[in-house]
Amino acid sequence: MNPALVAARAGLSRGWIEFKQTLTTPNDLIAILITTCGFLAAMIWTRHTHLPGTHFSLGTTMLVSVLGLNVGVYGVVTMGDLLVVEREDGTLLRAKAIPNGMLGYLAGKVVNISGQIALTTATTLLIGALLFTGLAIGRPGSWLTLAWVLALGLLAMLPVGAVLGSLFPSQRSAGPWWLLLLSGLAAISGIFYPITHLPVFLQWTGQVFPLYWLGLGMRSALLPNAMAVVEVGHSWRHLATFGVLSAWAVAGLVLAPEVLRRMARRESGSTVAARREKAMRRT
Amino acid sequence: MEDVLDVRDLRMRYGKTDVLNGVSFAVRRGEVLALLGPNGAGKTTTIEILEGFRMRSAGEVSVLGADPAHGGEAWRARTGVVLQSWRDHAKWQVRELLAHLGRYYAPYSTASVTRPWDVDDLLETVGLTAHARKRVRNLSGGQRRRLDVAIGIVGRPELLFLDEPTAGFDPEARRDFHDVVHRLTDREKTTILLTTHDLDEAERLADRILILTGGTIIADGSADELARAMSGQSEVRWSRNGQRFVHAADDATAFVRELFRQCGESVEDLEVRRPSLQDTYMALVRQAEQGAPHTLTAVAA
Repeated sequence: MNPALVAARAGLSRGWIEFKQTLTTPNDLIAILITTCGFLAAMIWTRHTHLPGTHFSLGTTMLVSVLGLNVGVYGVVTMGDLLVVEREDGTLLRAKAIPNGMLGYLAGKVVNISGQIALTTATTLLIGALLFTGLAIGRPGSWLTLAWVLALGLLAMLPVGAVLGSLFPSQRSAGPWWLLLLSGLAAISGIFYPITHLPVFLQWTGQVFPLYWLGLGMRSALLPNAMAVVEVGHSWRHLATFGVLSAWAVAGLVLAPEVLRRMARRESGSTVAARREKAMRRT
Repeated sequence: MEDVLDVRDLRMRYGKTDVLNGVSFAVRRGEVLALLGPNGAGKTTTIEILEGFRMRSAGEVSVLGADPAHGGEAWRARTGVVLQSWRDHAKWQVRELLAHLGRYYAPYSTASVTRPWDVDDLLETVGLTAHARKRVRNLSGGQRRRLDVAIGIVGRPELLFLDEPTAGFDPEARRDFHDVVHRLTDREKTTILLTTHDLDEAERLADRILILTGGTIIADGSADELARAMSGQSEVRWSRNGQRFVHAADDATAFVRELFRQCGESVEDLEVRRPSLQDTYMALVRQAEQGAPHTLTAVAA
C-alpha cells in the first residue's frame, strides 16, 4: 500500500488517541472548561443588553461570534503551542526519525484540534440553545453554513498556527504572545462588538484577517437574517467570506509546509538534549 | 562483505571552528562499531550527519547505499535511531505507542524482513511486557530507556544508531541496556553504530572501536587489537629460587624467550601483563591532545 496513505491513516488514529487523552487529562480538560465558561459568563452578563439600533441580545450575538473565535483559539494557539512544546520535548524528532512520520504527526494534530473545536462548539451551542433566545438553529441552511465556515476557517487558521509555532524558539518565549495576539485580533474582528462601531481604518485592518470572517460566517449561520443590518454593507457577504478564508487557507497551505520543513530540518538529538539541559537548569 | 556505511574525508565546520577534520571509516553488515572519544570530540556531530539529521560541510557519506542528506522515506524505514526520551508521549501507553509507531513501517516490508516488529514480541525482547499498559510518564528511568530502544528498533532496522545510549544511566539500567543490545545483535544481525565516552561500554558492545579526538580518528581496531598495537611496555613478573622479579619489557615475548634460555626450569610463577585498554585509551587521547602526529591503525586487513 502507498506509504504516505498508511502514514496519513496512522496520523488519523494518532489524532483520535491524542483527543481522547485530552479528554482524560484533568489539566487539559480544565483549561478547555475555563475558556468555555469564561466566554459563557461574558455572554450571560450581556444577555439582556441590546445590540445598538436593534432589539437583539448582545449576548446571543457574542455567543455566535465566539464560535468563530474558538476556531482561532484552537487552530492557531493550541496548534502553535503544541508544536512549540512538542518540538522542545522531542516528539517532533521522533516523528522525523520514522518514515513519513511528519505527515502522520500533522494529520494527528489536525484531527485532535478538530475534535476539540467540535467539542467546544457543541457545548457552547447546547448551553446557548438552553439559555439564550434568538438563535436561528431551526433552518437546515444554518447547519450547512456552520459546517463550511468551520471547515474553511480551520483550514485558514491551522497553517497560521503551524507557522507561528515553528517560529517561536521556546514555550516560555511564546506564552505571553499568544494571548496578546489573539485578544488584539479579537478586539478588531467584531467578536465582542460589531465592527461597524470601530474607526474605519481599524475596520479595514480587521477585515484583512480571517478571524473577522469566521465570526461573520458564524453569525450568518446562526442569527436571524435581519441581523445583517449591523454588519458592514448590511450584508452577510458569503462570497467575500468564502474568498478571504480561501485565500488565507491557500497561502497558509503553500507557506506552512516549507516553514515546517525548515524548522524540522534543524532538529536532532543534540538540539533536544541542549533544550532539556536548559530546562533542567531552570527548575 | 558489503559495507553498510562508508564515510570518506568527512568534514564539519561551525563558523571558524573545525569539528571534524577528515574522518574516514567503513562499517560492514552485522558489525557493531563504537565511536569512542572524550566530550567534544565530534562523535555526536558524526552520528547526526549519518542519521541524516545534520548537514555536513564536506566529504562523501554513504549510508545503506544513499546519501543521508537526501535519504528519503524508504531509506529512513531501513534505519533506526535510538533517541533519549524526555517528556514526549507522556500520556501514551507503552504498547499503544509502539503499535502506533510501528504502523508507519508496514509498507516497507520486504521478502526477507517483515516490518514492523510484532509488538508483543518486541515488548518481550526489551523486557517491558509487564508494563505494556503503563503510561510512558509512569515508567522508571531504566524502563524508559528500554522503551527508547524499542522505538528505535520497532521498524526492524538494518542499521541502528545509538548516540551516548547510556549517559545518565544507573548501573542496573546500563546492564539492562547492554543485554538488549546483545540480544539484538545475536538475533537480528543488526548493524550498529554507537557513540560513547565510556570505554567499558565500547569494549562490552563493539566488535570494533574507533577513537575520535579533536575531530580526527586516532585509532581503529578491536579492543584487543588496540591494546596490542599500542603495546607500550608489558610487565613481566616471575620468581626464581624464592625471589620475586619484575621487569618492564617492550617485547615481552622475546624477553620471556631469553629468560627461559638463560634460567630454564628455575623460572616459576611467570606472569605477563599487557597494558589494559583503559591505559591504551588514556595514552592515545593524551598524545592526541598534546598534538602528537600519531595515528594508529590496527585493522586486521
